Amino acid sequence: AENEPSWETPCTKLLVYVSTPGCDGFPSLDSSESYKLSVSKGSMLLSAETIWGALRGLETFSQLVGRDENGTYYINETEIVDFPRFPHRGLLLDTSRHYLPLKAILETLDVMAYNKFNVFHWHIVDDPSFPYESSTFPELSRQGAFNAMTHVYTASDVRSVIEYARLRGIRVIAEFDTPGHTLSWGPGAPGLLTPCYMGKAPSGVYGPINPIVNSTYQFVTSFFQEVSTVFPDFFLHLGGDEVDFTCWQSNPEIRAFMAETGLGEDYKKLESFYIQRLLDIVSSLGKGYIVWQEVFDNDVKLRPDTIIHVWKENNLQYLNEMANVTRAGYRALLSAPWYLNRISYGQDWIEAYKVEPLNFEGSPEQKALVIGGEACMWGEYVDVTNLTPRLW
Amino acid sequence: HLTVTEPVAILKASEVWGALRGLETFSQLVYEDDYGSFLVNESEINDFPRFAHRGVLLDTSRHYLPLKSILTNLDAMAFNKFNVLHWHIVDDQSFPYQSIYFPELSDKGAYSSNLIYTPTDVRLVIEYARLRGIRVIPEFDTPGHTQSWGKGQKDLLTPCYNGKQPTGSFGPVNPVWNTTYDFMTKFFKEISSVFPDEFIHLGGDEVDFSCWKSNPEVKEFMKKQGFGIDYAKLESYYVQNILDIVSSYNKGQMVWQEVFDHKAQLKPNTVVQVWMANNYARELSRVTGAGFTALLSAPWYLDYIRSEEQKKLVIGGEACLWGEFVDATNLTPRLWPRASAVGERLWSSSNVTNLQDAYKRLTNHRCRML
Repeated sequence: AENEPSWETPCTKLLVYVSTPGCDGFPSLDSSESYKLSVSKGSMLLSAETIWGALRGLETFSQLVGRDENGTYYINETEIVDFPRFPHRGLLLDTSRHYLPLKAILETLDVMAYNKFNVFHWHIVDDPSFPYESSTFPELSRQGAFNAMTHVYTASDVRSVIEYARLRGIRVIAEFDTPGHTLSWGPGAPGLLTPCYMGKAPSGVYGPINPIVNSTYQFVTSFFQEVSTVFPDFFLHLGGDEVDFTCWQSNPEIRAFMAETGLGEDYKKLESFYIQRLLDIVSSLGKGYIVWQEVFDNDVKLRPDTIIHVWKENNLQYLNEMANVTRAGYRALLSAPWYLNRISYGQDWIEAYKVEPLNFEGSPEQKALVIGGEACMWGEYVDVTNLTPRLW
Repeated sequence: HLTVTEPVAILKASEVWGALRGLETFSQLVYEDDYGSFLVNESEINDFPRFAHRGVLLDTSRHYLPLKSILTNLDAMAFNKFNVLHWHIVDDQSFPYQSIYFPELSDKGAYSSNLIYTPTDVRLVIEYARLRGIRVIPEFDTPGHTQSWGKGQKDLLTPCYNGKQPTGSFGPVNPVWNTTYDFMTKFFKEISSVFPDEFIHLGGDEVDFSCWKSNPEVKEFMKKQGFGIDYAKLESYYVQNILDIVSSYNKGQMVWQEVFDHKAQLKPNTVVQVWMANNYARELSRVTGAGFTALLSAPWYLDYIRSEEQKKLVIGGEACLWGEFVDATNLTPRLWPRASAVGERLWSSSNVTNLQDAYKRLTNHRCRML
């Protein structure tokens, strides 16, 4: 009849069609996430190339469903063709400055799925603590975790995170940041870190990983061999940020090495020396890598498929960095304006929203090298008591 | 006074409120060793607060706060020896207080029918607070900050005009109608009996005069009263009437600083709450210089106040957690443990200022509160 509300036959089924099977696989940087959603009288159809696209479409579908005053669920006629602008849409959690219980990580993965994030960047260890239980080097967490019984991620915990993420179409990219940010590695791996010197005597304090001893590279090889098997994603994040050179400069063996090898006084070259060997090791393990921008800024020789993670924020300077990185032919990830751990009063989501990652001078080919970005929630002032309201 | 020796520890206080503070301290002295045994060191403590009014303000109008949030917060306050909950219960955005005489106020003014505080809820908060030695001072802020009152009480707010036509929007409480004062008389009679504390906070902040200025009746009234174009005088006229009403119920009044700044005639024991960050020290000086007691909510140094007499009139302060961006999902981590710093500043002696020492104690205290 004319004037009756047009409640059609209730739709009870959403048909989901995925053209390329692959429910048992892992999502990757190249995965298609596009989907089509068609809601009309008597039929609802979600179609996608891959299961990952179907997941995105299901999320959208769930957001389209409304409920009226009588409690009836309804959905408007809709035609949607959707796909992401950027393939790498990530979130960083820091479980070293403060341990985050498994539940907090899994909850975060849920909320990431509600927001179509597809990368969980797990900054798992750092200076303050080493919660990652390594099967090859169990002493690392035994000596380096805040508490080796209660503040660690067991192999089973890690597997849970990876699977929970996978079921939501989220890739887990682990970051084992070296050579700086490694104080917590020291207690469980004696001889790994550089002993700092006060004049002629060791001061008792340690610095970044020691780049001049073979044992370092043996350790790194074994360690990353394990990490490469534990984390299925093609990419590993290798860190490389904020390397403080003062400890290296104070160490007489290192100074001797610098002289012998002709590196002189340029410690950036020593950092380069370490990183290049690290990249070779990780490559030989069949993994790709992401590094923080200093690795690029300090002229380390990188493989062309390296992804550079831009994080330094200084009056919109990050846009210049994005231009430089892409001009040099590397793919770029943007985090600089998205350090959500830096709080301010009021509606600060607006500042994050206003960011335009491609707002720099460059050719279309250059701009195509920007593969996405990540919101970062560094943990200096964040633990499970305030993670969720600070992040979302 | 707390003495811990073998074989017995003794806590003495002249009133039960002191005993509560002492019990809190005692609970903090107890620690656990590596084997799980509880220990307390021999101690001799004589303690008392520097300031008598140590408050936390919660705003349940910008966002409704479920009872549980409020009660959890009262627990946290007790851990930090706070003794006043300044309940900014209604404001422009919503009126969650279910009034017995005027049920329409929350019927029409609350965000929704389940986002209200019934008389039972209010009694629960008051009793929960009382058991922790915490006074509950409600704030019914007028004449500004009252948009939500107009939903359930017709002809309370001033109709704004555009020339000769009402615009359909409303401003602050209408100070020229007798019905306004009839309403307030009845309303504050209820508030005075529902809330047992001696004081009621009457607000009086941020009154926007533009609506009054547009209203012909108000303009007429200004002429008759000889206020000229000084609307601060009209605000003071209104406030003085409310102060009289509330006084007649034997309640003391607290007001925001504008009431003092606009030269309303206050009662001698009216407490003025200084909140504006600009020149708060001078404001404190002026308030106490005029002989009124002052409460500080802007950060504080007392060096602008000259005389000891004046300094005594500063009865304390309050940490404020306004609710524009706060609800049950983020209240606790936003308020604590930062409010603990305020708590210490208000309880401890003025020479307890060492930051490193405070840091150590604050980090331990935070873990204790978790």
